[in-house]
Amino acid sequence: MYQTTYHRASSVDEAASLFAKGSESKFLAGGQTLLPVMKQRLAGPSDVIDLGRIKELQGVELSGDTLTIKAATAYYDIMTNADVKQAIPAIAYLTSVLGDPAVRYRGTIGGSIANNDPAADFPAALLALGATVKTNKRSIAADDFFQGLFTTALEDGEIITAVSFPVPAKAGYEKMRHPASRFALTGVFVAQTKSGDVRVAATGASQTGVMRVPAIEAALKANWSPSAIDSVTISANGLLADIHGTAEYRANLIKVMAQRAVAAAR
Amino acid sequence: MSTVKLTVNGKAVAVDVEDRTLLVQLLRDHLNLTGTHVGCDTSQCGACVVHMDGRAVKSCTMLAGQADGATITTIEGIAKGDELHPMQAAFRDNHGLQCGYCTPGMIMSAIDIVHRHGGKLDEATVRTELEGNICRCTGYHNIVKAVLDAAGRMKVSQAAE
Repeated sequence: MYQTTYHRASSVDEAASLFAKGSESKFLAGGQTLLPVMKQRLAGPSDVIDLGRIKELQGVELSGDTLTIKAATAYYDIMTNADVKQAIPAIAYLTSVLGDPAVRYRGTIGGSIANNDPAADFPAALLALGATVKTNKRSIAADDFFQGLFTTALEDGEIITAVSFPVPAKAGYEKMRHPASRFALTGVFVAQTKSGDVRVAATGASQTGVMRVPAIEAALKANWSPSAIDSVTISANGLLADIHGTAEYRANLIKVMAQRAVAAAR
Repeated sequence: MSTVKLTVNGKAVAVDVEDRTLLVQLLRDHLNLTGTHVGCDTSQCGACVVHMDGRAVKSCTMLAGQADGATITTIEGIAKGDELHPMQAAFRDNHGLQCGYCTPGMIMSAIDIVHRHGGKLDEATVRTELEGNICRCTGYHNIVKAVLDAAGRMKVSQAAE
């Protein structure tokens, strides 16, 4: 790891001002991606601003039909939270199949979506549920937030403070886990909103990161059942292909995972 | 350089380290607690697992500074004098190790698993929960047996306290 200067911020405002003072600052949440990247010398920030102990970034709130998860809440705390389990059990399930127990104690929802790895789990949940990303400057709809591989709408120095999810009528998530990394070889999050709309998002599939799947949305809107997806055709164009799976394999996984997610949805 | 203050195995320590120092380096290189191992150094193998404020974390994937103010327990801190922790005793009795390299991390993760699941542990749960700890020689079979054995022993020793 290159030399760096570590700062622990005690508030969001302090974090923002510490960030501005560094020549090439980076925010650190749980560090489960940033630190491995720094160890490989793929990143060498002059200053690391630790958001992990900021109290206002911790916790979960359920208010009416909105579930809000603060940005630095660890996966383990999301997975075990009673409000999450009751309001959107699919999110509790998603966190339970993310990484491994030690990673879940440290990794955070804010870190996951700020990094926007094309195979990360949480971007699919945000996109399918039509969540809103709250920052220290503004609110950003999930549809506008994710902008491609490791790219988001965040400006330099902008800090995610929370994610608000509208509580759906039903939602489910299933993924084919890569056996070593536990990232999604392909994962699909399906959601039926309380107004009857259907949104479906796939991660680990597209070359441009998390994506909606309109063909499956249309099929499920007409008939919310796994069999409704049987006749859908997913094109392999633009899908990821690597040693773990071809684009055609991932196209098929989108269908299969979507069917399993619908079957699991509640 | 920064001074990192933390409690390690019950003892308050203050260590001057470079800001880029990882928690595992602080433990091994500065405190000579070499029971915590570095296996893969890429957050996958779990040989470096320690408890921070009661949670099993990978000490190769944390800066020492992030642990400032925390309470750390390493493999060296779980026995009571000459009396092994029930998890250590169960690993010995069930032959849950061969080369022993992964064992400190296995034991620290396994204690955390028992704390979270208590008496409700079954074989499938142990196997799933150990996914962040990689062993290259035992085939896991005896490790799983040891964790299940220790879960019973830990319940007994908690009840006795």
